[in-house]
Amino acid sequence: MTSSLSLLRRLDLQRSVIYVGFLAIFLFFAATLYDDGFLTSRNLTNIVLQTAPATIMAIGLVFALSAGEIDLSFGSVVAVSALSAAVVMQSFPMVVGILAGLGAGALIGAMNGILVAYLRLPSFLVTLATMGLFAGIARSMTDLRSIPVLNDTFTGIFGSGKLFSIPSLVLWTIFAVAIGHIVYRSTRFGAHVLATGDNARAAQVSGIKVPRIRLGVLTLCGTMAGLAGLLYAGRLQAAKYTLGESDLMTVIAAVIVGGTALNGGKGSIIGALLGSLLMGMLNNGLILMGLDVSDQMIVRGLIILIAVAVSLRDTSR
Amino acid sequence: MAGSISSVSSPDPVLALANIHKAFGGIVAIEDFSLDLHAGEIVALVGDNGAGKSTLVKIVSGVHRPTSGEIRLDGDPVSFSDASSARSLGIEVVYQDLALADQQPVYMNMFLGRELIKPPFGLLDRKRMHRECQQLVDELDVRIPSAGSVIRDLSGGQRQGIAIARATHWASKLVLLDEPTAALGVAETAKVEEQVASLKEKNLAILIISHSLDQVFRLADRICVLRRGQQIGVRETAKTDKNEIVSMITGVSGKS
Repeated sequence: MTSSLSLLRRLDLQRSVIYVGFLAIFLFFAATLYDDGFLTSRNLTNIVLQTAPATIMAIGLVFALSAGEIDLSFGSVVAVSALSAAVVMQSFPMVVGILAGLGAGALIGAMNGILVAYLRLPSFLVTLATMGLFAGIARSMTDLRSIPVLNDTFTGIFGSGKLFSIPSLVLWTIFAVAIGHIVYRSTRFGAHVLATGDNARAAQVSGIKVPRIRLGVLTLCGTMAGLAGLLYAGRLQAAKYTLGESDLMTVIAAVIVGGTALNGGKGSIIGALLGSLLMGMLNNGLILMGLDVSDQMIVRGLIILIAVAVSLRDTSR
Repeated sequence: MAGSISSVSSPDPVLALANIHKAFGGIVAIEDFSLDLHAGEIVALVGDNGAGKSTLVKIVSGVHRPTSGEIRLDGDPVSFSDASSARSLGIEVVYQDLALADQQPVYMNMFLGRELIKPPFGLLDRKRMHRECQQLVDELDVRIPSAGSVIRDLSGGQRQGIAIARATHWASKLVLLDEPTAALGVAETAKVEEQVASLKEKNLAILIISHSLDQVFRLADRICVLRRGQQIGVRETAKTDKNEIVSMITGVSGKS
């Protein structure tokens, strides 16, 4: 009884928006695009495969936003990580390449984090700067060249492989969402992230190491972007400076639509997953409808506007 | 018993401040302050703005360190490196701004920074926190819809009740209250005063800062007056009156 009551209470405006919106758009495409093959399992699987990197990045961003910080640099981190992994794998074993990719992400995230947590620079400005910085580094790393990834094990694990006939990108998504959700909802770290974003002073006087939390979430963001870079490199069997370039808006939109507050203290990993799938579904549906890239951008921009409006209405209540 | 400095009752005072001096750069904030607090006793700290009340609270709660002087807890000399170390010794503070995380449920605020976890994975034990928090607020008669309510949905009085309940739950020795009713209405103030008075029965020592002399006379056993960082005097509430306290605060009639 009480648990169903509290469940009802938890289904507040923001959270229901994503479920209702997700379902509505799904049904809309299912009805209008039935003949174009929207509902085929192949197309639906494709949506999940295409959104896997965005979902992974969205998980990191939920943590950052919940702690009252933001990361704008993850798109550039994707490219740097993918390129690092690809370049290293040309002359070293696969494991070293993976570590290089994840390590590059973690390192850039930690750099953002140190500047934000210990020098108290605003994360918006720090990551705006590092976004540009690492976009440039990604370009100069290989002189704009694309680096092929020929290691079959790597492309299997991070791209086209399957385990028990489930595509690896689907598994990565499930794995990351499950772990992310548990850490976010059910660990002290998750609780401290929320407290820090909600009221940093209250967190501080309650003994929470606020700077460490800020460093933690931004490092996590970078690491997740590094993983996303590996997934891109695995799926495309190549790394290029353009990877992740267009993900910034998609991921932010996915996270906000999914019920994570822009100003901290509130968020949802499951919501971010649905938000990310929603963005993928939109892309997919709009392409099937025959809209060109510019129309897609317009529709996506409008969706973000609506999402932000709902998000801010709720938090100013 | 070595810690007894100048107290009337027999056991060591819970908190003994002796010749506390605090300067920020060249500016003296607290000059030679001494006070004993006993278990089950409410002492009010009064004085004009800038008299040094908040500085004193910050010294006792471990935020500031005194430039010189001695702090003893139950007779043992202590030195706090930060607020956490004061907390771990049983000192809790109810801050003027309450220090609550508004978008989190009541029970998470109750356990903020001290969340309960359960084996085997060390995950949060939300059920237990919810249950224990519910018991606690019921015990203290803080009327909220549920321990699962989000702080943002509660009234000022309810929030204050939760902040006090949190402090009393974790304090084993001393509760510091900084203007606990400054933002509350009449009925809510009465409710909070009831709560504060009930802390005496828990055998805690209570130091309360208040601008309302009516409140101070209703609640406190003793009143300590500060003026411009100087300790003007300590009076037993039963043996003084508002006129004397007011003149001590302002320094006008020279009674001090």
